[in-house]
Amino acid sequence: MTHDFDRSRRLALGRLSAASLATLSPWALREALAQSALTVGYIYVGPRDDFGYNQAHAEAAAEVKKMAGIKIVEEENVPETQAVQKTMQGMISQDGAKLLFPTSFGYFDPHMLAVAAKNPEVRFSHCGGMWTEGKHPKNTGSFFGYIDEAQYLNGVVAGHVSKSKKIGFVAAKPIPQVLRNINAFTLGARSVDPKITTSVIFTGDWSMPVKEAEATGGLADQGVDVFTMHVDGPKVVVETAAKRGKFVCGYHASQAKLAPQAYLTGAEWNWITAYKLIIDAARTGKPHPNFVRGGLKEGFVKTSAYGPAVPEAARKNADAVKAKMVAGGFDIFTGELKDNTGKVVIPKGKTFKQTDIELESMNYLVEGVIGKI
Amino acid sequence: MSTRPWQETGEAIALPILALSGGLLLFGVFVWFGGHDPIEVWKLLFVGAFGDSFSWQNTLQRSAPLMLTALCVALPARAGLTIIGGEGALVLGGLAAAGLPYLMPLPANAFGTLLLLLAAAAAGALWIALAGALRQFRGVNETISSLLLGYIAIALFKHFVEGPMRDPASLNKPSTLPIAEGLRIGGMAGYDVHWGLAWGVVLCLVAAVWLGWTTHGFATRVVGGNARAARLVGLPSHQLIITACALGGAAAGLAGGIEVAAVHTSANASLIAGLGYAGILVSFVARHQPLAIIPVAILFGGFGAAGSLLQRRMGLPDASVQVLLGFSFVLILASEALRGRLFNFGLVPKRPALPAAGQPKAA
Repeated sequence: MTHDFDRSRRLALGRLSAASLATLSPWALREALAQSALTVGYIYVGPRDDFGYNQAHAEAAAEVKKMAGIKIVEEENVPETQAVQKTMQGMISQDGAKLLFPTSFGYFDPHMLAVAAKNPEVRFSHCGGMWTEGKHPKNTGSFFGYIDEAQYLNGVVAGHVSKSKKIGFVAAKPIPQVLRNINAFTLGARSVDPKITTSVIFTGDWSMPVKEAEATGGLADQGVDVFTMHVDGPKVVVETAAKRGKFVCGYHASQAKLAPQAYLTGAEWNWITAYKLIIDAARTGKPHPNFVRGGLKEGFVKTSAYGPAVPEAARKNADAVKAKMVAGGFDIFTGELKDNTGKVVIPKGKTFKQTDIELESMNYLVEGVIGKI
Repeated sequence: MSTRPWQETGEAIALPILALSGGLLLFGVFVWFGGHDPIEVWKLLFVGAFGDSFSWQNTLQRSAPLMLTALCVALPARAGLTIIGGEGALVLGGLAAAGLPYLMPLPANAFGTLLLLLAAAAAGALWIALAGALRQFRGVNETISSLLLGYIAIALFKHFVEGPMRDPASLNKPSTLPIAEGLRIGGMAGYDVHWGLAWGVVLCLVAAVWLGWTTHGFATRVVGGNARAARLVGLPSHQLIITACALGGAAAGLAGGIEVAAVHTSANASLIAGLGYAGILVSFVARHQPLAIIPVAILFGGFGAAGSLLQRRMGLPDASVQVLLGFSFVLILASEALRGRLFNFGLVPKRPALPAAGQPKAA
């Protein structure tokens, strides 16, 4: 019985697929007509309206959509499995995309590299990966922003606002990008008052809403009164902190709408700068920008407008530091810097520029951070 | 209730097709309310899932792991247990496959790959057998325990991947050391579909043969039907049930091993993508019939592939495909109520008349 079911099903599907060739031709025609425009594909790992990482990309993609001569195709909630390879290939062969932005970190290796090898004429620009000359193909590349600068400014504001001198950081995983943000936030706060400590909790993964809420509540119980975070969707941390009557600095995108009174400022991506650079190169046929990085100065990141709870002194202090950063005269990671076990991690006299590649493999928490990797 | 063979066959084909059409129809109404053209949406769904060779490869590739994770639900179910912890078996299978090269040198050829997959299957088998044993010997509800064991498996997986087994070069995406080039699983004869699909289809067929045509499989089904009666006729119910759990777990573990060897090349958090949970739905829709799992998994893969195109062409959110999935599967499950009645046209009495003495009792 099941055999018949199976066979007839396969037969039916076979016939249907033959019939579909007819339905396909109008698509082919439409694609050919659309060739004059550059089709750009955006792939997100989560929902586009997550008040976080994916929203930051989607908002910039919406800007790109308005540009003349550009057509964009988007797909959200694409897991870092074979599915993303199929999505990339689909964007190329079904939608005629010539430039792809796979935005999740996990898309880089092996997924993007696998699809890029099969499609040498298509440009791939990945967010956050470490594109390495000689190791990765020329039609691929990566871009990222020095958002730790904005997290430092978050820290400065938090340092002024905190009464308990205890601030909190809800983090996903102890990986270099996250550690760099925790350290920058702490250094910013301690530049205001060296007595301040940052308590950090790692939830273990990028999107763990329940654990994020528990971590925020737990830290609030310990007396933490200003929060920030590095998780994919900061919504839960922002709302939980506000509900507990604490203050919060945002991350990825602006969460001011979620808690207008409790929101102090935030570290936001400004991906449109990177997108424009890469898209312009694709349109004019210039070589693909393989390794693109930038901070506040280059307009890759920005800060949210100050909330009503930010005192005048904090605004002045943060604005002054920001002005120095934009002028290129401010370094966050300078010696002598100790980690939270007392070991010197940056010797006296040594200063790391934001562009220094060593910072992208950070593996310590600075003095003043309460937590363990 | 008497049904003729043509009725059974007819229903087996007609019910899912009717249910699916109903789901598509409802979805059409749904998108129409959202201001989209339903005809265009239906066309895209079809083109995305089965429209051309790319779409077919897309669909089949997505269905491959689901066949294996569905077996992890179906096989224990036939022995009478509701196991929903396939995700745990899958991640441990992936971990075992990535971990075997840490323990012993492997020949970089098909034999080495086979060893990897065996390690993966063994890890999955142990994990689900544990849930079965807890049920048989300690009376722990297997549905709950398998689900919770899944969380423990994921925690163990993360501990090893981000701790002792971490490749120091994997900075922002903690992973195990990549497996050697020669151990990886490639595409099938020039197609963009890897050999995991063949594993899935073959194992579904083998499972069907085992359940339908072997004494051991028959005994398993008897135990699943009524364990107490099975014990009365001398069947070793503990042994049969735990074996069925182990075989199911082995299938899910294998799925994890294949994901590592064919897709990820190392074990990392990307492996935890809910494939084990999707298998639960596949198995229930297939009514735990290994042969039915193949088309249902392909259908599932098709929804994934179609959803992908739908997002790109219509700008619909990903959640809309979940709506379609919801409509379809609720109707498929609800259509069970029509089984044995579809072609009766009200001619056959639905149930034997109650004897006169069986008056309804007072409430």
